[in-house]
Amino acid sequence: MRRREALAKLTGREQYVDDLPLDGFLWGMTVRSPAPRGRVTAVRFAKDVDWSQFVIVDHRDIPGANVVALIEEDQPVLAAGYVRHVHEPVLLVAHPSREAVRRAVRAIDIVVAPEPPALDFRLAPTPEQIQYGPDNVLKQLKIEKGDVERALAHAPVIVSGTYETGAQEHVYLETQGMIAHLDGDVLVVKGSMQCPYYVVKALQHALARDEAHVRVIQTPTGGGFGGKEEFPSHIALHAALLALKSGRAVKLIYDRGEDMAATTKRHPALVRHRTGLARDGRLLAQDIEVVIDGGAYVTLSPVVLSRAIIHAAGPYACDHVRIHGRAMFTNAVPFGAFRGFGAPQTQFAGERHMDVIARTLAVDPVELRRVNLLRDGQTTATGQVIRDGTDRLAVMDRALALSHYHEKRDEHPAFNATNDVRRRGMGLAMFYHGAGFTGGGEVALKSRVRVAGRADGGVEVLSANIEMGQGTLTVFTELAAARLGLDPDDVTIAQADTSRVPNSGPTVASRTTMIVGSLVERAADDLRRRVGLDSTARGPTVKQAIARWHREHPGKELFGEASYEKPPGIEWDDKSYRGDAYGAFAWATYVAEVEVDLRTCATRVIDFTAVQEVGKVLNPTLARGQVQGGVVQGIGWALMEECKWREGAMANNQLTNYLIPTSDDVPAIRVDFLENPYPHGAGGAKGLGELPIDGPAPAIVNAVAAATGADPRVIPLTTERLMELMESVEFGVRSAE
Amino acid sequence: MNALSITFTLNGASVRVEIDPADRLLDTLRYRLGLTGTKEGCGEGECGACTVYLDGLPVNSCLIPTYQVRDRRVETIESLDPGALEPFERCGATQCGACTPGVVMTAWWVHQHSEFLQTHTIRELMAGNLCRCTGYDGIVDAVADSLGKR
Repeated sequence: MRRREALAKLTGREQYVDDLPLDGFLWGMTVRSPAPRGRVTAVRFAKDVDWSQFVIVDHRDIPGANVVALIEEDQPVLAAGYVRHVHEPVLLVAHPSREAVRRAVRAIDIVVAPEPPALDFRLAPTPEQIQYGPDNVLKQLKIEKGDVERALAHAPVIVSGTYETGAQEHVYLETQGMIAHLDGDVLVVKGSMQCPYYVVKALQHALARDEAHVRVIQTPTGGGFGGKEEFPSHIALHAALLALKSGRAVKLIYDRGEDMAATTKRHPALVRHRTGLARDGRLLAQDIEVVIDGGAYVTLSPVVLSRAIIHAAGPYACDHVRIHGRAMFTNAVPFGAFRGFGAPQTQFAGERHMDVIARTLAVDPVELRRVNLLRDGQTTATGQVIRDGTDRLAVMDRALALSHYHEKRDEHPAFNATNDVRRRGMGLAMFYHGAGFTGGGEVALKSRVRVAGRADGGVEVLSANIEMGQGTLTVFTELAAARLGLDPDDVTIAQADTSRVPNSGPTVASRTTMIVGSLVERAADDLRRRVGLDSTARGPTVKQAIARWHREHPGKELFGEASYEKPPGIEWDDKSYRGDAYGAFAWATYVAEVEVDLRTCATRVIDFTAVQEVGKVLNPTLARGQVQGGVVQGIGWALMEECKWREGAMANNQLTNYLIPTSDDVPAIRVDFLENPYPHGAGGAKGLGELPIDGPAPAIVNAVAAATGADPRVIPLTTERLMELMESVEFGVRSAE
Repeated sequence: MNALSITFTLNGASVRVEIDPADRLLDTLRYRLGLTGTKEGCGEGECGACTVYLDGLPVNSCLIPTYQVRDRRVETIESLDPGALEPFERCGATQCGACTPGVVMTAWWVHQHSEFLQTHTIRELMAGNLCRCTGYDGIVDAVADSLGKR
């Protein structure tokens, strides 16, 4: 089936939040901290502005708790006399003229008495930099399997390595924005978001309103990638505060500069590996330390850290594993959810480290992975027994075959020997991604979905899971139609409006198709039961029964409902970090071919192959598009997307100097799927959305190492960074392989 | 602020608007004339989401003062024939849709000026339109398909 809303998007008819018709409204804007840390000693308003024309809100206007409710209650909606990062919101301003409000923001001076900020998460904080607990550690987590120290002591070979990954900006093409207004005594907030019920929770808490007096509506969302997971709550609160104070509708839309400077990014990370090995490359012990930069408030960093450490050991069997993770407080703009959620950082380190091991032991990187890859019956670092029947070696072998890995690797030395300035190399990465919330997360969410029967016999799917480009509308339509034997045209998907849809959880963690999709299937089953049909009834029979029910129950609502039930045999202990971290993993091997220009040290990915096993592929065009988009986002993270920092804030907050890949920077991405249906996922599907960003960076950097003989450990591997490395590699060195 | 009155041809019809000399064409189209198909992505001519045709050439409307289009011809996404967009639907050229109107405007221009494909690749010609979702394959395939090049 084709994407449901494709034509509306292609013709420009799709209305995003800034496209909605709105009359008599005010434009809102945020006045932000200029300093990374300190006490706000004064707020100065320029004398040449008539401030009576403006609506101005500060922390004293917040009716409830001055807190953006998420995991911890430490982040204020508006700073109350103290700031902890540059761009922290201090005041809100609104006016009918957008230009006037922009000028007004520039005419307000926030004066901060500076205190020493913590700005480098890799360094131990000095006493005067301590601002969270005794040591600025926001969260600490540990995974222990076997006896690492003993295994390391007996290992014939130990290979160590330290790896770093940079922040990444989401660059969803639609910037963040919200509209807030009062409908009687109900506060209505609509806008671009992934998690409508997160916004409800935040509004209730800070505005002291019960659920009946808060209504949140998701508008078509122009990309999210995690950037619209937790941050929209802030904009919703800001727009709402201005609307409550002014009694008018308020529209608050970030321009690109504000969006890049003030919203979240991927957590920077530092990962250290100490690996004990047999001489043939078998893993005997993995000792891994993970440190991520959380920024100035807790936000989602504990959960990102959790996913980071669970994925840190890679898809390999090893009896002795210790992973120690810390999320550090710094006075940086808080880092947040971004596709992959910690796993890309640790899997970059792990897969780059595998190639470092291969080079150290002089073993083939393919064979190193082959001997260590998890077989059915073996366990992950958390002790989860993998027994899904997926042929993981076949995934790797398919990727090697489709990419002509071995042929090209054999040809490259001749190419490199005869070419003065260009060097080619092959690299691979083998990785996995757990789908859905970690551990007991899905149980705690208690997600609910409804499928309503309409008077005309068609059905409507009601969930809080949203479309942001990944295909929710299309996949939910396909699932409901297939379950009931209906034509897709007989299925509608309700707008995610919290006054109508149940809480089916956030649109994150590669959970929408696999987990919420299966609730759609079961709610459809429930609907069929409620109209007196058994599970074999399909198509016209279902339609007629629904229409008949409505004729017999005029004015009544008909719906089937389903709520999350844990698949049997899944056990997780959050205290010991042992057990089944995820209901299912998706598996992949990606292969990159790169060409490096020795004059400029520019790296170009000239061929890329992505093979994965994601359960049943429900919609081939959408699935392929998810992989290709994730790979290209990963190419950007690997090679060019670099946040430049000034006092914990992004200095290059423009698309002019924060570069993302264009169509001409990337090759066609070759995609293939192996399918092993997952019995507990909708239609046999596992999660797919995040997996594709885990693999490109290590595959590409491994390829650069193979091409140049350099040993890069840090991404983004920009031309400047590679040039510095190449200065230590004798020019003319041929491919190390 | 001195309001100026200008006329120009928009999607084939003459329009008159009162503008401020600093107004951007993008804002005039979106907020004054209600043509919200043209999107703002970056506001500095990098992303191409706001692409329109000015006298038949694709331009970033965020960089064009509305005053400059007086007595000239502007076409927006709303002027295109939806019937011509089938390859884009089939090949997965749109995901979130925020870049899409700009992508379609450039792609349609390439389609109408296919002589450029003798000297440039589709990837080169589309490089002024950033997309964060598709990885570009869906877009490149759709352009090739619409040109009968696949």
